[in-house]
Amino acid sequence: MTAAAPSSLLRTLAPPAAIGLPVLALLIVLPQVIGVYQTQLLAYGLVMAVAALGFNLLLGYTGLLSFGHSAYFGLGAYTVAFLARDLGIHSMELYILIGLPVSALVSALLGYVCVRHTRIFFGILTLALSQVLWSLALKLFWVTGGTDGLRVPRPTLLAGTLNFAGSGGYPRFINSYYYYCLAVFVICVIVMWVIVHSPFGKALQAIRDNETRARFLGLRVRRFRWIAFLISGTVTALAGILWVPLNGLTTPEVLYWPFSGEIVFATILGGFRTFAGPLVGGIAFNYIKTYAVASTEYWQLLLGVVLVVMVMTLPSGIVGAVSTLAAKLRRKREA
Amino acid sequence: MAILIIQTLNSLFYASVLFLIAAGLSLIFGVMRIVNLAHGNFYGVGAFVTAWLIGVAIALGVPTPWLFLLLPVGAAAVVLIGIVIEPLLLRPIYRRAEEYQLLVTFGLVLILEDLIKLIWGGLPLTADTLMDALPSIPIGGLIYPGYNLVVIGIGVVAALALWMVIYRTKFGVMLRATSQDRRMASALGLDVGRVYVLAFAIGCFMAGLGGAIIVPSQAAVLGMGIDALVLAFVVVVIGGLGSLKGALVGALIVSFVRTAGVQFFPEIELAVLYLIAAVVLLVKPTGLFGSTA
Amino acid sequence: MALLRTEHLQKQFGNTRACDDVNFVVNQGEFLSLVGSNGAGKTTLVNLISAHLQPDSGQILFEGRDITRASVTERIKAGIARSFQIVNLFDGLSVFDNVALSVFSRDGKATRMAALAERDDAVAGEALEVLEQFGLADKRDTMAAGLAQGERKLLDVAVAYALRPKLLFLDEPTSGVSTRDKAQIMDTVSAVVRAGKVTAVVIEHDMDVVFRYSDRIVMMHEGAMLADGTPDEIRANKDVANILLGAPLSD
Repeated sequence: MTAAAPSSLLRTLAPPAAIGLPVLALLIVLPQVIGVYQTQLLAYGLVMAVAALGFNLLLGYTGLLSFGHSAYFGLGAYTVAFLARDLGIHSMELYILIGLPVSALVSALLGYVCVRHTRIFFGILTLALSQVLWSLALKLFWVTGGTDGLRVPRPTLLAGTLNFAGSGGYPRFINSYYYYCLAVFVICVIVMWVIVHSPFGKALQAIRDNETRARFLGLRVRRFRWIAFLISGTVTALAGILWVPLNGLTTPEVLYWPFSGEIVFATILGGFRTFAGPLVGGIAFNYIKTYAVASTEYWQLLLGVVLVVMVMTLPSGIVGAVSTLAAKLRRKREA
Repeated sequence: MAILIIQTLNSLFYASVLFLIAAGLSLIFGVMRIVNLAHGNFYGVGAFVTAWLIGVAIALGVPTPWLFLLLPVGAAAVVLIGIVIEPLLLRPIYRRAEEYQLLVTFGLVLILEDLIKLIWGGLPLTADTLMDALPSIPIGGLIYPGYNLVVIGIGVVAALALWMVIYRTKFGVMLRATSQDRRMASALGLDVGRVYVLAFAIGCFMAGLGGAIIVPSQAAVLGMGIDALVLAFVVVVIGGLGSLKGALVGALIVSFVRTAGVQFFPEIELAVLYLIAAVVLLVKPTGLFGSTA
Repeated sequence: MALLRTEHLQKQFGNTRACDDVNFVVNQGEFLSLVGSNGAGKTTLVNLISAHLQPDSGQILFEGRDITRASVTERIKAGIARSFQIVNLFDGLSVFDNVALSVFSRDGKATRMAALAERDDAVAGEALEVLEQFGLADKRDTMAAGLAQGERKLLDVAVAYALRPKLLFLDEPTSGVSTRDKAQIMDTVSAVVRAGKVTAVVIEHDMDVVFRYSDRIVMMHEGAMLADGTPDEIRANKDVANILLGAPLSD
């Protein structure tokens, strides 16, 4: 058994690594080729991918459709903005170190309430609670800046060793910050991959497939859902933390329910039944939205049509469609 | 005292509009089991169409009293959109998982929002001629716009009419049978497809009417539908998804809390409403008047 | 020795007494069949014992301990497991994961999230052993949704068995499969259960199957226990024969 162990580990890791490592290599090399604007765009895409990755732990793996994940994204964003404005903190590491426990705490509180329901009631509950945060951000303008939002200056990276103040700081910041986002992205992907392949992750999928049976395996269903909610909210909040310095500003828009819709959109665009789906979907959605906004005043119309057509014709998303196609080709070759 | 009366009237005015939106949302959920995120946009479209029609009519020199007839016309325009959308976009997804249903209606939110911008250019549209056409009413030294009383009247009439349709007509029996058990209804020979499209049309009409009657007193603006949706959700969550009485009571509760909120705690007025909805969901997920089915 | 005992167990749905003063005993190590026509109260009884339902009154004693108010999780920990009449599998998981999850849950490892499930050699070994016993080892990587009906029934039992219960309830493990598959499923299930020294209670309609595999048979009728005995005693019981002949089984 012990002799066989390394090879079985290899067997486990080989397929995701075979796809993941070349993609990672590409993501490392790309900024050297594509210029500052495209690099920034890709960084936004990575952030959206992290948000969708967190969201999909609930939708894809636990079977709970949250329509309030804007709350956690916005929570991360506003936490950073408060840290910058009120405590004068400008270190990205501190943002993350403080932002994560704050987000985890709020996710745990709201999640504890939300997991009392499933299906559509869960969706409406998450929506209602997210709009509590939205309305507070909107109305408590002396704290949150109201619709103007809060500005966040460029933070220092790696405990202050990288500083981007002064002229010419912007391209340097984008370049470094892209790699920063990429590193966080990779860590999130690995952590989430381990989670969904852990006994806990399998239990979540079991609860998703058949709640009653899961209970009769002795699994405390609600507690599992709660922990999944906590992780999901925290990861999406981490995306919000990463997003603010890139955007330089946070407004109540990121807490408003249509943004929750965008997170769902991105996830299903990639395919919520696969691990890679939300990652591909987050990046793809960001490109689609950015180019739609750039090319027409009526970008929402364009996005809406894309969304409706996609649900009708491509319900398994990009990754689902590609893997179906690949399976078909493989079968044809074997035949 | 006068202020109290005016605030009460304001609440009732607001409740009328909110009821029209929420009752449609609730009806559609009750019958088709679909949560229509685009329902608020129907309200928005109703407001824009009506304001535009009134503007055109004024330009054509139509006498002011006749303009009131355009209010139901604006609502009817929303019905036209509804009877296209239901068979084309919703019918294919009734059997699909909730996430797809929500996404399609979310797609509709985006589409309708921009169609309004495309057609009317994104500027606010007003129809205050109607508001000005009716005299103001003195209430204890203050004056109150008579038009608001018309809106309250329309709200009451709409609630009664809807109640009649659902509980006193043959169509209402079909509607209730379908919402109880679609397969059974279909086995009994009911044309479920027709019931669906009619229920959806009624829902659209109500939302459109809500938009039509608000536009003489408040300008139609982009995003009004998106804002209205969440409040309509709060109403149906408090009252109970799928319950007509619930929509009425929910609309009254939300309106009075809002009016009080604007007066006494403006910063957290909206937050309080969402919190009420969340608490109701926790304590009694079927709402005050929802059935457990 | 009695492993499980119910005392005056009562459960009413509206005006129907689904369980009417039931004193039901399961002895250590036996393979017991619970029979009776549809609506006789068999599934209700199992639901009450497994905490899927709460009784109106009466007591449930397991190994002499009162478990009437114990939660599902507590009863599973105590050693009571069950399967369901309609196949209840985790369709999006592999056959292996379906069974492994039972082992993780039983060992209290299901909340672990910092380790890969398939890297737990002890659990994997045990899950594979269970799959082998049920003849499903070569399907280990198939998604549960992709199994044939007979295999799904077997996996359903395997998932419950992998909890290593002391007492295992199987609600119609052979319903909805062909006659030939029936025999094969019952052969496998009874062999595994007997080899594992697990006490089993099987709800079954097919009397041929019942007579062939059971040590003891309990018959329920309209919520009450009607007969209790060995296959030979039950065969000779007039009441049983009347009910079986008078109310022919519809399947």
